[in-house]
Amino acid sequence: MNKQAFIACIADLVPFGSRVLDLGCGDGELLSYLQQSKGCSGYGVEIDDQNVLECVKRGVQVIQLNLDQGLTMFEDASFDVVLQIDTLQNLRNAETMLVETVRVGELGIVAFPNFAHWPNRLSILQGRMPVTKRLPYQWYDTPNIRVGTFSDFEVLAQKNDIEILDSFGVKDAQTVRTFPNFLAPTAVFKIQR
Amino acid sequence: MTFIATPQIMNFTEPLMLRSGEKLDSYHLAYETYGALNSLKNNAVLICHALNASHHVAGVYEDSESQSSSVGWWDTMIGPGKPVDTDEFFVIGINNLGSCFGSTGPMHLNPKTQRAWGSQFPVVTVEDWVEAQKRLVSALGIEKLCAVMGGSLGGMQALSWTLQYPDKVMHSIVIASAPNLNAENIAFNEVARRAIVNDPDFHGGNFYEYNVIPRRGLKIARMIGHITYLSDDVMNAKFGRELKNEKIKYSTQEVEFQIESYLRYQGEKFSEYFDANTYLLITRALDYFDPAKDYKNNLSLAFKALQASFLVISFKTDWRFSPSRSREIVQALIDNKRAVTYAEIDAPHGHDAFLLEDYRYLSVVRAYFKEIEKKINAKEQNNE
Repeated sequence: MNKQAFIACIADLVPFGSRVLDLGCGDGELLSYLQQSKGCSGYGVEIDDQNVLECVKRGVQVIQLNLDQGLTMFEDASFDVVLQIDTLQNLRNAETMLVETVRVGELGIVAFPNFAHWPNRLSILQGRMPVTKRLPYQWYDTPNIRVGTFSDFEVLAQKNDIEILDSFGVKDAQTVRTFPNFLAPTAVFKIQR
Repeated sequence: MTFIATPQIMNFTEPLMLRSGEKLDSYHLAYETYGALNSLKNNAVLICHALNASHHVAGVYEDSESQSSSVGWWDTMIGPGKPVDTDEFFVIGINNLGSCFGSTGPMHLNPKTQRAWGSQFPVVTVEDWVEAQKRLVSALGIEKLCAVMGGSLGGMQALSWTLQYPDKVMHSIVIASAPNLNAENIAFNEVARRAIVNDPDFHGGNFYEYNVIPRRGLKIARMIGHITYLSDDVMNAKFGRELKNEKIKYSTQEVEFQIESYLRYQGEKFSEYFDANTYLLITRALDYFDPAKDYKNNLSLAFKALQASFLVISFKTDWRFSPSRSREIVQALIDNKRAVTYAEIDAPHGHDAFLLEDYRYLSVVRAYFKEIEKKINAKEQNNE
């Protein structure tokens, strides 16, 4: 996946000048891009020491927290946009965090690997867990502890009364709106409470 | 690489009104500076000290018996090429009022009585210290500090600066600190104070006139303090149940375990250089600090007028100033939409970690100051 192009693709969903909270912000590249290109402000949340350091080096404000401990530090609707880009699949309490995302943000944007992408299905049919460019890990050492699909997310959102404003797949930094559950390695959802 | 530091003294004759209602008519402050103030005077960094430190933050003294014993208390952090780079920043270390390392304190003469202040030295607060620091900073020709930084009690001063002088501080670096002390923390301070006050050599704080030092009290105070600055893990790793001698002596009073020997040694060392009245004063300043008190104990409300950007750092094994207390500061800053970065360092050393070398910790501070440097340099270029 071309990181730059994917970042631009996500950034398209963020309104200009938004106050953004980026959960699992990694090295801060997306937030830095949003600050410089879209006049956004806000914080990243990250657990990893090296990533926190990279954020500081980029001038991105970062709060070092374990997301599995919740978002009690943040008030209801205190951000225009809360991002959860490739974070959901690593969280023990993924459901709680999803609810927290739309509590803290007026708008939530969630992206995660779609396990129903056809090469993954093929792999399972052949009796093996998928190892792909998008999912490069072996089953025994993957950080992806929440294995879900595009369609699974729709069910989870409905269960928690979360409104899906838009949803699509992403493949090679291109949006996929036809059969995304089958054709896209990445699922993107724009949600609100 | 280190450098020679030169302590200086600045005298003040304009009375300083204290929070207690008392005032100090005249006083002096000991300080040191490292690096050079730039032409825009916007690269000044103030370092605030904690309980038992001083204005001697970095470098070594030239005339000291052994230079290694005179290394500044935060020499790992501050100096040429260090995280707070004195090739870029003009760094100021100030000794606080009431201290025993050079600034006006209880061992000095009270001009009114011509006797040592002793227990009559006015109770000083974090806010009073900041007030005095502000005067010194102004006298050095600095209108606005580019950063103020401190650990523990020093972090409280770094925080208080942004509340007392919101438009005079650009960045505040608050390390291993808290928005106030909790009951357990005050309790530790009280045990230490009682140990000192109950020492027969204390003489109600006027021991100078008796030519004695309440060493026993100071030793115990230090032993208690020292335990709370370390983590259980570090103590176990360092001492465990190791015995001082080969065999148990079945004695209730002799040193049996290495940890006892270590604590006694630390206490002994401390009692040789620290002043008993200073210990009482400084622990009280810690107890009293509580910026949220006048705002219905709501820290977010207390931070309303604050303007500075913050770097807050805590250490996972610090139980005296635990990460949750730092997170309170971070949360109040976020509530007010202030710029803040927070790092929670997984260092094993407890509260002491803020004084020690830890790559992750020092790297974050270094990166943060690099960003500040960029902003300063951009301003300098605009000016040209």
